[in-house]
Amino acid sequence: MRIPPRFSQRLAIAFLGGATLVTLVILVAIIVFILEKGLLVLGWEFLFSSPKDMGRAGGIFPTLIGTVLLPLLAIIIATPLGVSTSVYLTEYTRESKTTRVIRFGTDCLAGIPSIIFGLFGFIFFVTTLGMGWSIMSGGLTLAFMILPTIIRTTEEAIRAVPKSYREVSFSLGATRWQTTKRVVLPNALPGILTGVMLGIGRSIGETAAVIFTAGSSLRIPESVFDSTRTMAVHFYILAREGISTENAYGTAAVLIIAVLAVNLLAYWLMNRFIARRS
Amino acid sequence: MSDNVTAQYKIEIDGLNLFYGQFQALKSVPMSIQERMITALIGPSGCGKSTLLRCLNRMNDLIHGVRVQGSVHLDGIDIYRPAQDVTDLRKRVGMVFQRPNPFPLTVYQNVVYGLRVAGIRHSRSLDEIAERSLRRAWMWDQVKDKLDEPALELPLDQQQRLCIARLLAVQPEVILMDEPCSALDPIATMKVEELMLELKKDYTIIIVTHNMQQAARVSDFTGYMLLGEMIEFSETQVIFTRPTKKLTEDYITGKYG
Ligand SMILES: Nc1ncnc2c1ncn2[C@@H]1O[C@H](COP(=O)(O)OP(=O)(O)OP(=O)(O)O)[C@@H](O)[C@H]1O
Ligand SMILES: [Mg+2]
Repeated sequence: MRIPPRFSQRLAIAFLGGATLVTLVILVAIIVFILEKGLLVLGWEFLFSSPKDMGRAGGIFPTLIGTVLLPLLAIIIATPLGVSTSVYLTEYTRESKTTRVIRFGTDCLAGIPSIIFGLFGFIFFVTTLGMGWSIMSGGLTLAFMILPTIIRTTEEAIRAVPKSYREVSFSLGATRWQTTKRVVLPNALPGILTGVMLGIGRSIGETAAVIFTAGSSLRIPESVFDSTRTMAVHFYILAREGISTENAYGTAAVLIIAVLAVNLLAYWLMNRFIARRS
Repeated sequence: MSDNVTAQYKIEIDGLNLFYGQFQALKSVPMSIQERMITALIGPSGCGKSTLLRCLNRMNDLIHGVRVQGSVHLDGIDIYRPAQDVTDLRKRVGMVFQRPNPFPLTVYQNVVYGLRVAGIRHSRSLDEIAERSLRRAWMWDQVKDKLDEPALELPLDQQQRLCIARLLAVQPEVILMDEPCSALDPIATMKVEELMLELKKDYTIIIVTHNMQQAARVSDFTGYMLLGEMIEFSETQVIFTRPTKKLTEDYITGKYG
């Protein structure tokens, strides 16, 4: 028996709407749950003082520094590498077996669990290159971890730039590089920024890859070759070792707020950028 | 033909074959284009008009798998010779596209795009050339107060004339127009046609059009193409009043297809 279209239409709306509602409720529940517990300890004191007794008391200041430095380093390394690769793959090479293999490779890389990157970083940066547990080792590892994401989002963004823009640019006597620089990249920028933001988000929340490579020192680092601890790692250690549930939730709350702030900032920047251009 | 013979024509095309992979889109096309004249290309859809046009500024180079045989001489010099600087060629032979296609930038930034690409940075010269080009395209009065506004907010016909201004700014010698009016209404079309007649004083213009009245109105020479071949090429008057080929006559009188 066929379901009448009007009925199936209603069914679809109910199902799709329901799914959206469930998603929303779950998301909000998680955030409320963590903020509720975390906000109890949250304050200037918690943010800007050093932890005492392994984190049982005191604040989380050193982990704030770690959480800023590692993703920052990762993004500084991964963005130019990733964007250049995507530009090369989209603007300077024709679709061929080689580009398909490279694309397949990046897709696979994007799907590899982060702990594998952590292991690689440990063996390569920490041990072989002798960088030890350090911000440098961690930043490089994170950079490689988010590279595939940046490459793919940038590629999509570049492909979405209308072909006619390139044609006009060439027809006015521009070289390929001038066209890339003046037309393609500016128009792909919102998409590229999205990739970068996704990368920052992943780096901020990462534990496995970081704990193996940047270590978990609670001291304030003096150079990029010092070990550090990020908020995510701090949370993991506090919770896992049963050191302090309250402080764990406090850290989690800061993490969530930080990620939210990064996303809001990105959103705002993007809107401003789009408004300025069109 | 040797390259140092004094050119009689602005552009001379000889035995031009073009292949998209296996498919031959142009078949031994000859055409001689006179300086400061308007030459129209007409013919049914898919006959190779755009392809021929794009051979003249080597835009077909951008398409993968294109092969070109034969010769195209600009001022007596073969533009397909290996030493040809393609960006230089494209500055000399500019193009206006079917759909108005300003960049998503301001009016001013659009006009000076080609100049900036050519390395001109001096802002007074940029301003000067921008104004001159917009005047030449008959739109200075409409946009002089809107130079910093987004070009995409202009009405379509102004967008198209902005594209013409953007092209004039790089001071080309030849202007290729691929159905430049097909997105415009009749009044805007008329304005662009008048503009072409004015520009003819300084530029060599080649226009592809589906509109036979347009070809008859503006052009001095007309080429009729069919299935990649140049069936007849002659003065416009001749083509439209006493074509020598039966195929041309059928097309002109609407008996085709
Ligand atoms: N990039 C391409 N790859 C393969 N074939 C192409 C390509 N561009 C055009 N062709 C083919 O070449 C032939 C000529 O195309 P062209 O666009 O030059 O025709 P046209 O006369 O301009 O047609 P229209 O009036 O529809 O614009 C057509 O059969 C078309 O299918
Ligand atoms: Mg065409």
